[in-house]
Amino acid sequence: MSKKNLLAIASMALGLTLSSSAFAQTQITWWHAMGGALGDTVNEIATEFNASQSEFEITPVFKGTYEEALTAGIAAFRAGEQPNILQVFDAGAATVIGAKGATVPVQDLLSQNGIDFNIEDYIPGVRYFYADANGKMIGMPFNSSTPIMYYNVEALEKAGVTPPKTWEEFESVTAPALKAAGFIPLVQSHLPWEFTENFFSRHNLPFATNDNGYGDGETKILVNTPEIKAQFASLKKWKDEGLFEWYGAGWNDNQKPFEEGKVGLWLGSSGSFGGLQKTATMPFSATFLPYWEAVTKEPTQTFIGGAALFAMSGKSAEENKATAEFFRYMSSPEVQLKWHKQTGYVPITNAAYEMAKAEGYYKEQPAAEVGIQQLSLPAGENTKGYRMGFYVQIRDVMNREYGRILTGETSVDEAFATIEKEANELLERFNKTQG
Amino acid sequence: MKRAGFNLLWLPIVLLAPQLVIIGVFFYWPALYAIRSSFYLEDPFGFGSTFVGAGNYIDLFSSAQYLKVAVFTVGFTGLVTFLSLSIALVLAVKADKIIRGTRVYRTLLMWVYAVAPPVAGFIGVMIFYQGNGPMTELLALFGYEFRLGVNYYDTAAAMVAVATWNHIPVNFIFFLSGLQSIPQSVKEAAMIDNRSGAGRFWDITFPLLAPTAFFLLIINITYALFDTFGMIDALVKGEPGNNPMTLVYKVYVDGFRGNDLGGSSAQSVILMVLVLVLTVFQFRVMDRRIHYT
Repeated sequence: MSKKNLLAIASMALGLTLSSSAFAQTQITWWHAMGGALGDTVNEIATEFNASQSEFEITPVFKGTYEEALTAGIAAFRAGEQPNILQVFDAGAATVIGAKGATVPVQDLLSQNGIDFNIEDYIPGVRYFYADANGKMIGMPFNSSTPIMYYNVEALEKAGVTPPKTWEEFESVTAPALKAAGFIPLVQSHLPWEFTENFFSRHNLPFATNDNGYGDGETKILVNTPEIKAQFASLKKWKDEGLFEWYGAGWNDNQKPFEEGKVGLWLGSSGSFGGLQKTATMPFSATFLPYWEAVTKEPTQTFIGGAALFAMSGKSAEENKATAEFFRYMSSPEVQLKWHKQTGYVPITNAAYEMAKAEGYYKEQPAAEVGIQQLSLPAGENTKGYRMGFYVQIRDVMNREYGRILTGETSVDEAFATIEKEANELLERFNKTQG
Repeated sequence: MKRAGFNLLWLPIVLLAPQLVIIGVFFYWPALYAIRSSFYLEDPFGFGSTFVGAGNYIDLFSSAQYLKVAVFTVGFTGLVTFLSLSIALVLAVKADKIIRGTRVYRTLLMWVYAVAPPVAGFIGVMIFYQGNGPMTELLALFGYEFRLGVNYYDTAAAMVAVATWNHIPVNFIFFLSGLQSIPQSVKEAAMIDNRSGAGRFWDITFPLLAPTAFFLLIINITYALFDTFGMIDALVKGEPGNNPMTLVYKVYVDGFRGNDLGGSSAQSVILMVLVLVLTVFQFRVMDRRIHYT
């Protein structure tokens, strides 16, 4: 067959696909990491979006854990087979945002497709975590959560205490009473997120140089500092005194004793609310993450964890329009309210929050409002989040050293010196990957 | 003596081509790519990269954590290999002597082999579960609080136990067939010379099993080094934390979880060298020391 013939056939084939796609819907794909009940809700949202119009069709694909979804997205991108939308979690934000050209900033995507975007429409704690140094939103916050403190209502009644506002109150009043009443006073599920990242935000302390890493140039972590070291010295002391228990780095291993009613206080995610309603064997409620009065008298907001949706680059204008339309649909108050109620993740816009309030949802479920209230507390210069490369590994280093502190294999001083050293080495290495 | 050969140069090349292409595409190209990327620090999406020379290797060898993982890997491999070989040998020797119900007994010993490593890991998680795992409760009776995922050495012990358990059947099958291939006449001759069963075992049976044992030694070392990945991932539940891990698991943690392509490529290259050394060792020893009957 001659080259000419081949070319003719190829162009015919191309013509066919083009003409058929003119009639068909624009297909887009969405890779996510939402398993179980969350995955069902994701599929529901996608189905409803497809039913709401006839121009676009979205297909959600479950890709495993957050880490696996990001890695799958990266591998696909390098092969030119990336999905239109990729869900990336908080710790992977620096990787995906650092790779300039991998994504289309959500703010640009929306405005290019004629959809209004105003960052002020989003609730305060959500606005800047997935933004660049200039405050331009790059990723669309999706499942947004923040660490809050859940409490076992019966346990606190039995012990005759109220949920502590400060860690000093916990140490002197709440914990001894809970222990005397036969409960494990405190467990938590994620030491880097709940006792490190959000510790700095709650107390408005810098977590890293270079505007917590958001600025251009080199970033150094500021973790080897007296306030957080004092906190971990207390945690170790509480563990030795039976006021705190730790079941390893796994999230669920620590959540389980709370669900079983053995624990007074559990630090979890505001997004745990939906699941807890099904699994908890006792009445529970929630309140703000405590703070150290010795560090600050004016505690500030926390920032969001969870994940955001990124529009991958290298897609046709039609497909990008479909992605933009899906983002518009997904961030609409109705969808956000449904997502909020079914999963416990916070609604990302003020409009959705107002709608939930107007509906009287929080009168029935006061605990569902805690996360969003905490995200709306006064902000400070260090409360918008952090942006550090290789952060997944930095978290692994933290988890390792925190585990060693709690099992008595290392001292607080040594552990934080190690974290600082290894984290800074990782940051330096990450910097070179961008070169 | 006349050497048989091809007269034409292109014919052998054509005949070998499919095989060469497959090896090239699936083995050499990725290996070369890994070697290349071990000299770079690269943005995972492929937008930027910096040539760092031996930087990734220097970082690894100067990292206390990497050395700790290497030490654990050596200890873990040694223990798993020793335990699974010796337990399997005892079982095989005993099973060889059974007269009634041989089949049932042997089948029961073998079927654990059908358990895939990740599944073995999950079974390990259940058995050693912190709250109410049967093994945890058993140890609690002796006053020991076993804490999987919390205590480094407890987790390590669980890993060794699960890996050993999972690999005994393969060793058992090979040892048993090795034992059965020892000629009856040799055994009878030995019986006349030496009345002690243990003496006969060490003087006659064990040397005759040596080729099998050596082959299994290599198989077990590679199993403990490489195939335990799924088991470890299940036992630590995907969160490395302060748990022990092997070199292969660290490649996954840094490369796939952490997206550090350069660093994990360097680690892979180190493992490739390790496999090369093992292979050379295997062939050299096989040629010189082991005599096949």
